Amino acid sequence: MDFTLPKEHEMARQLFKDFAENEVKPLAQEVDQEHRFPRETVEKMAKYGFMGIPVPKEYGGQGCDTLTYAMCVEELSKVCGTTGVIVSAHTSLCIDPILTFGSEEQKQKYVVPLAKGEKLGAFGLTEPGAGTDAQGQQTKAVLDGDEWVLNGSKCFITNGKEADVYVIFAVTGKVEKRGRMMKEISAFIVEKGTPGFTFGTKENKMGICGSATYELIFTDCRIPKDNLLGQQGKGFNIAMHTLDGGRIGIAAQALGLAGGALETTINYVKERKQFGKAIGGFQNTQFQLADMATKVEAAKMLVYKAARKKDEYKKDPKVSYSVEAAMAKLCAAEVAMEVTTKAVQLHGGYGYIKEYDVERMMRDAKITEIYEGTSEVQRMVISAALLK
Amino acid sequence: MKVIVCIKQVPDTKGGVKFNPDGTLDRGAMLAIMNPDDKAGLEAALRLKDQYGAEVTVLTMGLPKASDVLREALAMGADKGILVTDRVLGGADTWATSSTIAGAIRNLEYDLIITGRQAIDGDTAQVGPQIAEHLNIPVISYAQEIKIDGDKVIVKRQYDDRYHMLEAKMPCLITALSELNDPRYMTPGGIFDAVQADITTWGRADLKDVDDANLGLAGSPTKIAKASDKVRKGAGEKVVPDTPEDAVKYIVGKLDEKHVI
Repeated sequence: MDFTLPKEHEMARQLFKDFAENEVKPLAQEVDQEHRFPRETVEKMAKYGFMGIPVPKEYGGQGCDTLTYAMCVEELSKVCGTTGVIVSAHTSLCIDPILTFGSEEQKQKYVVPLAKGEKLGAFGLTEPGAGTDAQGQQTKAVLDGDEWVLNGSKCFITNGKEADVYVIFAVTGKVEKRGRMMKEISAFIVEKGTPGFTFGTKENKMGICGSATYELIFTDCRIPKDNLLGQQGKGFNIAMHTLDGGRIGIAAQALGLAGGALETTINYVKERKQFGKAIGGFQNTQFQLADMATKVEAAKMLVYKAARKKDEYKKDPKVSYSVEAAMAKLCAAEVAMEVTTKAVQLHGGYGYIKEYDVERMMRDAKITEIYEGTSEVQRMVISAALLK
Repeated sequence: MKVIVCIKQVPDTKGGVKFNPDGTLDRGAMLAIMNPDDKAGLEAALRLKDQYGAEVTVLTMGLPKASDVLREALAMGADKGILVTDRVLGGADTWATSSTIAGAIRNLEYDLIITGRQAIDGDTAQVGPQIAEHLNIPVISYAQEIKIDGDKVIVKRQYDDRYHMLEAKMPCLITALSELNDPRYMTPGGIFDAVQADITTWGRADLKDVDDANLGLAGSPTKIAKASDKVRKGAGEKVVPDTPEDAVKYIVGKLDEKHVI
């Protein structure tokens, strides 16, 4: 088992680190406090190919692997959780399902501009009554001639309003499964600007405040028949497959938040003096840091392993990375919450002040235990595989 | 249009300079980076590529590990990398280095050679102009801006309190300042390609029209007696006296205090 990263990954990490430090970190406080979507950063990331890292070159991407993509989200999130999730939702939740399930025409039309960063992507599954229970979908799509007509709403949509292309799930009928009538769910590609597709409330969140989180509203929204993604009725499978990949992105975001809080705290305890010496000289601080670093390293192993497993899947579709992705997200999200909380504690009163980065990191970390499958859902996925 | 950019792998001096007990640089203890002036030179060349479709070749001399900066340059968009490495070339001063690089460049076609003004590990600013001298082509140093006009380059050259506008017919050599531009980042896809790319490696035998007497340690007229880190200046003290008389009194007092007068 080789734990040494190949040269290309070492170089890519240095690139992401430099970019994050020079271009993202200076804006992190501002986008958080002003709840401002960092459009200028997205444009810069597009210029350098960050918006299509794991996408093949023939579809406008960089032709790199999932691990490189995860490292990008990790390094961005070390300095700004908002920027990390913009890339993650765009890549994992919008590009990936179109690349995996889309027709050649759909890939050319949507993946190419998305991967080049000319367009931004989003994903709409969650509804007010359908979070963890994805079967509770109410949004409906009805075929009328050559068009699907969408009615309903989606909530908590990352990159909402800012994105140009949305992968949307809706009920298209009913099917009998094991003697029970179940909703038939299908996936669609919807473009911003389509008549009948509007945006509702912008959510006022605890963390990742620069990320745009909106309600999507569909009122007799007519989209071409060809915008059905994958087969009719396969929407639930597409959503679950997409979330498996999304979890690697969020796990990388959580890993970055934990790593960023750890680095910030190491610097702080070397400088902060109490009782005549730097607080890093006290054994309590040292033991806390040791625990934090060990947990970050453990989370990193799981996140990188899940990314590697997804790359194996790309070569052999029989490989499943679902459990690895769930373990990576469960562990990294809980480590992010624990490490950022300890980071605030080690900063003392200053850690509770908004001028200090760890205050933001702790707020940003909480969402990683909730979105793209709560920690409880990850435990369901893992235990289901153990007991099957 | 063909552009050659000479780049050097240098220790990152941002975190201070580390020395071995014998006074030589402890390169292993410092991160290796592309020399900042060279990186600006590379960016200038890549802009010529974007604008005029120039072919950009990057060349470096050093240990085999120096190929890392060539790969970084390829990941930024350069087309070809050449590494000049050979045990007999080791220990070279600026004269032997420029003789070596000129010997390598004689194998290549070019319209423009761009080097950095100086490397942060030696700060001599000699290698660029010496290469031009060996190749018998014009040199314009300290370039702040570069424009191409037909077969000529127009360069804005930094000077102490002003700048010069200079024109030279190509082929010629330009030394670039880090203030010339903000170098672009690598791209992830560029990195993956660069790691797989073939780097041309040349040794002593590949150098053209160079005398052994001008190469390596033996061919280096410079002998280093001692090396030390820069003595950093303090932040200083800013005072705003009310009248010119007070200012004079203050300055004279300070000079007296330090026994200057």
